[in-house]
Amino acid sequence: MFISWGVMQSAIELGLVYSLVALALFLSYSMLNVCDLSTDGCYTLGCAVGSVVAIAGHPALALLAAVGSGICSGFVTAFLQTKLKIESLLAGIVVNTGLYTINILIMGKSTLSLNDCETVFTRAKALLSGTVLAPYYKLIVALAFVVLVLVLQLLFLRTRLGLSIRATGNNAAMVKSSSINPHLMITIGLCCSNAITALGGCLIGEYNKTCDINMGTGMVTIALASLIIGETIFGKKTIPWRAFGVIVGAVLYRIVVAIALRLNMPATALKLVSAVIVAIAISYPTVMEMVEFQSKRFAARGRNLYRILQVTFGLLAVIFLVLAVINVWSRSFLILLAVLAAICLVWMLAAERNQKKVKAC
Amino acid sequence: MLKIDGISKTFNPGTNNSKTALNKLSLHVTKGDFITIIGSNGAGKSTLFNAICGGFYVDEGRIVLDNKDITYDKDYRRSKSIGHLFQDPMRGSAPGMTIEENLALAAGHGGWLSTISKADRDAFREKLAQLEMGLENRMKQPVGLLSGGQRQALTLLMSTFHPPKLLLLDEHTAALDPATAEKVLAMTKRIISENNLTCLMVTHNMQSALELGNRTVMMDSGRIIFDTSGESRSRLTVADLLRLFHEKTGEDLDNDRMLLS
Repeated sequence: MFISWGVMQSAIELGLVYSLVALALFLSYSMLNVCDLSTDGCYTLGCAVGSVVAIAGHPALALLAAVGSGICSGFVTAFLQTKLKIESLLAGIVVNTGLYTINILIMGKSTLSLNDCETVFTRAKALLSGTVLAPYYKLIVALAFVVLVLVLQLLFLRTRLGLSIRATGNNAAMVKSSSINPHLMITIGLCCSNAITALGGCLIGEYNKTCDINMGTGMVTIALASLIIGETIFGKKTIPWRAFGVIVGAVLYRIVVAIALRLNMPATALKLVSAVIVAIAISYPTVMEMVEFQSKRFAARGRNLYRILQVTFGLLAVIFLVLAVINVWSRSFLILLAVLAAICLVWMLAAERNQKKVKAC
Repeated sequence: MLKIDGISKTFNPGTNNSKTALNKLSLHVTKGDFITIIGSNGAGKSTLFNAICGGFYVDEGRIVLDNKDITYDKDYRRSKSIGHLFQDPMRGSAPGMTIEENLALAAGHGGWLSTISKADRDAFREKLAQLEMGLENRMKQPVGLLSGGQRQALTLLMSTFHPPKLLLLDEHTAALDPATAEKVLAMTKRIISENNLTCLMVTHNMQSALELGNRTVMMDSGRIIFDTSGESRSRLTVADLLRLFHEKTGEDLDNDRMLLS
């Protein structure tokens, strides 16, 4: 079989744990409209704090400690951007940089191993041993945490506090005129989202039984990619529907990663893939507008831009595939480029059809 | 009720762009007053409202609302007793949230962790029905789907949900089409008289400046140049106002949105 159930199961487990980070960004990025770039560092912070406490023999307490550390980190980010008026992106980067040193201080060295200590996963394993659920203990733990966070988050967003946080991201002027302090809302929102991020980091540490100082690099992009995949598939309907979509997006992302690894694609290529996904997804409306405008200009000169782009991308895909087959360069990167070109080709075909449909109306 | 004593505000002081938007302006408003404010472009009408609301802190002077000095209070604290409507209908409501969620924020019932109850919904529906725009049947729809007039009406409802001590209307019907503007204005009049609100209203319509309310104030260069109420006001015509402006400033009243009739 192309992908065994075992590989699939671990992809789903990982996806569920990573979906916590995506849910955190759902709160800060989608609801509060703040792109929190301290996510990378906060994720590692959660893992570092959690690992240290778990190694000391308290795997459950580790989760609480991680949540606490996340709240502190979120508070600092919020303080910098609300009270000290540092641009929100910059505040995130500043905190992220500072957290590197703090994480090293907490860990004492750059890698910690949790192989010899108890984790929530080993506890669940012991609890479930002998039952039919025994092989799924990791899945159950991951699912339990995701459901817990999802339910709490959805309940939270329905409260007056949650509504105020959403309104702060939507129209800050209106929040002020409803006698609500937007600075307080940003602070609470970032504390909550960073708490979830740190919880995700802690769980990943206990899941992989290791904590590495560089584990968070690119986390914010990966989580954004999951968020965007989820929102693209599930659409922007009700809040619960969107939050559910975010979790599915994170799991799908991990499944894609598992498939890519199965194809012997180097793990290093994945960060590029996530970066491309995020860049394309966010720039999508602008690019479409540009293509539509240019196609009008081309049409005025009697040329079909869509056809030109389709042929170009098609040729590129074929060239990359041929190069990959004759093995001139890193095969997996060439296949990746071919797949990207093919995606662009399909995109342009869809765009042309869509354009025709619009014209027909 | 509202006492504004000698407030001044200079933007970008000490630079070439230095602009004195408010110049030792004083205005005393008694409870139940409905004051219309007119003036040329850049006279400081909106700046006055911003100063009252706390959009910025004044350089000098005092603002006292209901015997409470609010000169250095934060904007979101003042908004508890002051309602503010802008010309832009998009400013007062959150487009990505539903009508009932917007109203729930304005209502602010219960604690931070309370949710919208059935009683809340019934109250919202009843209030929305008074607008006669059919919004009471669209409470679960995002506000972004509403037209400008509907959004302005909703904003009016939101800012008067708990009758504020003071209502500031900054040309709040100027961006609406004439029919809708009339409807929103009628609604405004009704809400003001029902709750006996104290209200300041900037208008570009000279006729309604004289017809609405009980007092008219004319502003120029950050000061009040003319203030009329009662008997003398009821005898004024639009032509009188224009002549008065010319007499006081030596210039013609110049406002690119001005409606003379």
